Amino acid sequence: MSGHAPKSRVTVAEPGWVKALIMLAGLGFLGFFILLPLAAVFTEALRRGLGAYFEALVEPDALAAIKLTLLVAVIAVPVNVVFGVAAAWAIAKHKFPGKSLLLTLIDLPFSVSPVISGLVYVLLFGAHGLMGPFLREHGVQIVFAVPGLVLATMFITFPFVARELIPLMQAQGVDEEEAAITLGASGWQTFRRVTLPNIRWGLLYGVLLCNARAMGEFGAVSVVSGHIRGETNTMPLHVEILYNEYNFVAAFAVASLLAILALVTLVAKSLLEWRHGAELAATARRH
Amino acid sequence: MSGASGFSLFKRRNRSIIPGFGLTLGITLTHLTLIVLIPLAALMIRPWDIGLSGFWHQVTETRVLAALRLSFGAAFVAAAINAVFGLAVAWMLVRYDFWGKRVVDAIVDLPFALPTAVAGIALTSLYAPNGWVGQYLDPLGIKVAYTPLGVVVALTFIGLPFVVRTVQPVLEELDTELEEAAACLGATRFETFIRVIFPVIFPALLTGFALALARAVGEYGSVIFIAGNMPMVSEIAPLLIVIKLEQFNYAGAASVGIAMLILSFIMLLVINLLQRWSRRWAGV
Amino acid sequence: MKWFKRVAITTAALVGLAVSPVWGSGQILNVSYDPTRELYKEFNAAFAKHWKATTGEDIEIKASHGGSGKQARSVIDGLDADVVTLALASDIDAIAENTDLLSKQWQAKLPYNSTPYTSTIVFLVRKGNPKAIKDWDDLIKPGIQVITPNPKTSGGARWNYLAAWGYAADKAGGSDAAGKDFVAKLFRNVPVLDTGARGSTTTFVQRGIGDVLLAWENEAFLAINELGADKLEIVVPSVSILAEPPVAVLDKNVDRKGTRKVAEAYLTYLYTPEGQEIAAKNYYRPRLPALAQKYATQFPNIKLFDITKFGGWATAQKTHFADGGVFDEIYKPGQ
Repeated sequence: MSGHAPKSRVTVAEPGWVKALIMLAGLGFLGFFILLPLAAVFTEALRRGLGAYFEALVEPDALAAIKLTLLVAVIAVPVNVVFGVAAAWAIAKHKFPGKSLLLTLIDLPFSVSPVISGLVYVLLFGAHGLMGPFLREHGVQIVFAVPGLVLATMFITFPFVARELIPLMQAQGVDEEEAAITLGASGWQTFRRVTLPNIRWGLLYGVLLCNARAMGEFGAVSVVSGHIRGETNTMPLHVEILYNEYNFVAAFAVASLLAILALVTLVAKSLLEWRHGAELAATARRH
Repeated sequence: MSGASGFSLFKRRNRSIIPGFGLTLGITLTHLTLIVLIPLAALMIRPWDIGLSGFWHQVTETRVLAALRLSFGAAFVAAAINAVFGLAVAWMLVRYDFWGKRVVDAIVDLPFALPTAVAGIALTSLYAPNGWVGQYLDPLGIKVAYTPLGVVVALTFIGLPFVVRTVQPVLEELDTELEEAAACLGATRFETFIRVIFPVIFPALLTGFALALARAVGEYGSVIFIAGNMPMVSEIAPLLIVIKLEQFNYAGAASVGIAMLILSFIMLLVINLLQRWSRRWAGV
Repeated sequence: MKWFKRVAITTAALVGLAVSPVWGSGQILNVSYDPTRELYKEFNAAFAKHWKATTGEDIEIKASHGGSGKQARSVIDGLDADVVTLALASDIDAIAENTDLLSKQWQAKLPYNSTPYTSTIVFLVRKGNPKAIKDWDDLIKPGIQVITPNPKTSGGARWNYLAAWGYAADKAGGSDAAGKDFVAKLFRNVPVLDTGARGSTTTFVQRGIGDVLLAWENEAFLAINELGADKLEIVVPSVSILAEPPVAVLDKNVDRKGTRKVAEAYLTYLYTPEGQEIAAKNYYRPRLPALAQKYATQFPNIKLFDITKFGGWATAQKTHFADGGVFDEIYKPGQ
């Protein structure tokens, strides 16, 4: 058979025209839906030159928006990381009834409209919400303040880390952990010394995506923000405000900052994949 | 782990020697309850102001039905487009070598990370009749921005990574020996794809489709800029929720929200089951 | 009960976060609608200076802008505003009805129905007026595309709607039935329905959609300034509505925060010659006769009718814009 090997390699490839068609479809699709919008953002942002571009970014309200966005992400992401790791451990390393239901519930925020995810917190913590009067009495402001933004962001980014880790940990099985436990390691030691090294790249990938989404969320935070300039406006909301003030250059400048953030995230992720390809190949398998 | 006793039902079935089940499941359920379930319960409670018949009246209003039809219909079309082209992209990234492949691979995730409002504004400026793309489509009589087609474009954008990222790893793992064997047995390339490759990637494709669909149904930020927002024509369900809210009609807004939630949940559950079934059927 | 403890700690952390952004008394929040951004940017700076000069205290005025109805809802849901400056009285009525933040008689508290400045509805067309749009009747001609926001979500759009209705009802041989018929025809010519006034302006100017934009007078002036006098011009109809965007102090909030004095001074300052001048410079029609005189050349002379024609805002809102109201009845695209 060895003589046939090169020939058989040829037979598993498509004819040239099919390959060309697939490439054209794939690249054309990405070009239209990703490259063009991205190009539009940067063209508009740089329309009046670099000076106007940077001026828009160092304006006090823009800086406040950038700071607030970072603050929200810094709180929301770690909480979701703890949850994601815990959920993956429970689901991937153990068997219990209702697992499918739990997985579906974890997926749920993906399919809940961002508008609803903002609305639920207004219904819960708003002045007319279930807990509104109680909070009011104690002078606690949740919606239209930072905590509301954090909660809505957490809701939106809820599944990312868990979704990333569950398939990875399922694929890795339980053998290594069982061996460690049998050899007398404690649960925490097992997690730190055995599991964590195995999942660290997947974890980082999940964190990056979670973070990118946390910074870019618009619909949900729009409902709970109150839009107070320099106070409760995150970057995406600030983009909308600038856009509504006909300040298109500044709007797209802030937008491009978010796009750059997204691109840096993606390049970092891509570098990871390149250096740790084998580990991550399993990661991306989502079910 | 006193708290774990509450989960003794689960524990009895759990024969793993790996510890921490109670702790981790506890954290999971606590977080799930606090962040997702309790707030959603607050949403569920609200329409009781108007009773079940009031709820039914709200969600069967012709304008609400039209909005739901558009949201789910456009999401379905967008997810289908993503399934076809996403498969092409995944295939291209796994099977072919070309210049700049790594960059292409990286930017696939962009719609995850780009703020939806930014995407909406950018897409509108592209597809408006005087935009980069729109100016060429307009003479042909194709209107994208401010029509339901615009909704599909926005939803395709935000759902783009899902299919690629679910199919890609499965394709990578796929053993070419199987294909070679099929080819040796005289199957054409097309037959091999249909009989050998497709059954293996189908569950992943379905998952990607489901995720793209689920994400698209509720999308708001990117759509409102491009949709035109005409009642009965290009008004999506999430916008209707916002409109009802602005008229202080909380019960109505919550009713539409719940209708969407129930439909999405059923959809996800069905697809999860379908996927499990297809996986078994494919013998993977 | 480890779980209980964990929950308690999480809650405590959230509460700790929540307490942090409590407003100091050196700060007030003005919750306003979209087209007033430029007005209040200038006015807030002027008032802060005035306040410092008269009392020696520093005051920071925070502003929140958005669709008028959305802003009212945020206040009802607990956005901690000291004053509201919204697009129409019915939005402040809604706050008075749904909360105890201010008295139902709020509109009697300040001069001129609590509206320190007024505006009206005019047409914005493309340079040279290629479709020769002169008056309301031209808007319902076949083939004319009219851009207006959605009256359900935008205060400005409600004024648009009522102005059109009032024109047709007042015309020789006009009636309420004629008004209804006219508005129905008008909205049949609307190809895009944005959620807010600013969205509509962007659609009209940036995207090049439509032949005529129905807009607040101040928005039309601003659009010409910001987006190009070489592209747009204003057409003044024969008749329009006197749009009165009202202001009010939220009693309960200012008493709790101890900001009553400054909040009231803030709104009163709008009625002073200085405040009126700033309003006029931002293309709002001033109330003070002296200022109105001074800026008379800036504002075209239009025959104006006011909201009493529709029985006041409470009635107009219920009849026309509530769910199942006249607007829902006449506006059914796609059918």
